[in-house]
Amino acid sequence: MTAERAVPGLDRDHALALLRQMILIRRFEEKAAELYTVGKIRGFLHLYIGEEAVAVGAMQALTSDDSIVATYREHGQALARGLPAGSLMAEMYGKANGCSRGRGGSMHFFDVSRRFYGGHAIVGGGLPIAVGLALADKLQARAGVTACFFGDGAVDEGEFHESLNLAALWKLPVLFLCENNLYAMGTALTRHQSQIDIRRKAEAYDLPADAVDGMDVLAVEASAQAAADAVRRGGGPFLLELRTYRFRAHSMADPELYREKREVEEWKACDPIAAFVAKLGERGLLGAPDVVAIETSVAAEVEDAVRFAEAGPWEPVEDLTKDVYTPAEP
Amino acid sequence: MTKMTYRDALRSALRQALRSDPRVFVMGEDVGRYGGSFKVTYGLLEEFGPERVRDTPLSESTFLGAGIGAAIGGMRPIVEIMTVNFSLLALDQIVNNAATLRHMSGGQLSVPLVVRMATGGGRQLAAQHSHSLEGWFAHIPGIKIVTPAVPADARGLLLAALGDPDPVFVFEHATLYPMEGEVDEEAGPARIGEALVRRSGDAVTLITYGGSLGKTLQAADQLAVDGIEAEVIDLRSLRPLDIATVLASVAKTHRAVIVDEGWRMVSLAAEVSAQIMEGGFYSLDAPVARVCSTEVPMPYAKHMEDAALPQAATIRETVTEMLRAHG
Repeated sequence: MTAERAVPGLDRDHALALLRQMILIRRFEEKAAELYTVGKIRGFLHLYIGEEAVAVGAMQALTSDDSIVATYREHGQALARGLPAGSLMAEMYGKANGCSRGRGGSMHFFDVSRRFYGGHAIVGGGLPIAVGLALADKLQARAGVTACFFGDGAVDEGEFHESLNLAALWKLPVLFLCENNLYAMGTALTRHQSQIDIRRKAEAYDLPADAVDGMDVLAVEASAQAAADAVRRGGGPFLLELRTYRFRAHSMADPELYREKREVEEWKACDPIAAFVAKLGERGLLGAPDVVAIETSVAAEVEDAVRFAEAGPWEPVEDLTKDVYTPAEP
Repeated sequence: MTKMTYRDALRSALRQALRSDPRVFVMGEDVGRYGGSFKVTYGLLEEFGPERVRDTPLSESTFLGAGIGAAIGGMRPIVEIMTVNFSLLALDQIVNNAATLRHMSGGQLSVPLVVRMATGGGRQLAAQHSHSLEGWFAHIPGIKIVTPAVPADARGLLLAALGDPDPVFVFEHATLYPMEGEVDEEAGPARIGEALVRRSGDAVTLITYGGSLGKTLQAADQLAVDGIEAEVIDLRSLRPLDIATVLASVAKTHRAVIVDEGWRMVSLAAEVSAQIMEGGFYSLDAPVARVCSTEVPMPYAKHMEDAALPQAATIRETVTEMLRAHG
């Protein structure tokens, strides 16, 4: 596991930006959960709460030329990538002003203008797509890394192994980001993997790998930056394991019979936001008024997002079969 | 017009695409050094190099998914899955990704992916290498399914697939590769979703596609000796399905027999039959009949395999019986 590295150039502004993004994800999702209970949001809703440092830290290593493939638990990645909170909330409402026009919902956020190629809801299914995006970049001599987020459950899938192999074989610029939250839905890592040190899977496919404390946003940022740099140097893919924990249930329908409350409480003591606030305070980079200011500004952004979703139009039912195929050019 | 095999016609389209569009590349198992398991890609590696003719690991799901990713990333990949039997390992990518990404993203993406694969039985390859599952794929909105039955269509429909902005699956019946026919190498792409009348007649409409076209035309020739003129329709595309051409013919002949190498239960033939009932019920003088594969995993022994597959003789008997009972 990477020891905490000094982050060159970590200044107050950057620290506050990281903190704000994490708090935005937290509050946005708390609001989503609330809206779910009153039926404004339906379907599956998978919350990222507890894992915010992973998306926020990793996203710092990516530029607007890089591509992102994410999972069905992708609210954090989408917000950290800069997708407007309103377009995400509207998507969960099923409104036409949602980022996927209400066709995707919580699990399928897309924003091609920001190279955010989806929330994918078949575990492991996004990895081959990331490999293909990277192949397209390589064949077109485009600079760009494809960052592919997936969970520890995806490591069970054949596509994980096939994709690591193919990306390494063809030296493709893929940054594989395994968000190991210790559970494949309700099955603990120790109950679904014979080798629980996930980064070691990379040895078999001859690609470099690292693991990092996913509750520490600065450590995640440093590791992701190092991994992305390695990919950018043209050596091929990199596997970064981000060790984290989800504080909430798998989805809103999960009674959490498979883990002890005590375990959850222990992990909550490592809350990535609280830990970062404490650390910045110790370093003299942050005071209580800063947190209040961030909370106030985030609350306004979340309120605006809800307003945007509430005000959004429903797509007319006449458009039901639109975009099953690409319309013929006139 | 040039006389060439179905295999060479496919290669002619591939070569034309690789020459004219730098975004086009080919990938699949043994498409390069080996020259293609059916020799369709033979010589392309030498002509276009390993960046554009890529041998893949035996990872069907991942190289098909990589084709999807490359397509949304600006390329025009042609993925060869050696045979439909192996495509089952890639079904998740086909059904959950290729077919959905445009719609699920609210129209932000197109997936201009071409997937080629051999299909069908008749070569004594037993139960795991003889599937004819194109009817399954035709069930899925978001993808298109073409089934060239003659060399000219092998070239024309493959070119059409390459020009299409959405995922197109080209099913090539494995017995057709050595088939010879006239091909116009100057011709442009065929039109996806257009059936063709391959033989005119007034007594019965025989509707078929792909590897069964030859057997159906053979049956029609035999029926003509008996004084029965069958019209033969080659569907060419299973999704979209050109039911208008079928209904126009049935309105003339008042009888329809569907010949489909898929198993009878929940088959493409069942769909065509249902659409004839919906759109042409009052034209019919007889119940629609189907000649499909017998409901059995494909046996190895030749006499058993022959008995399981549609044959010219069974088509002829079906028509004769239909005319006897409902003449």
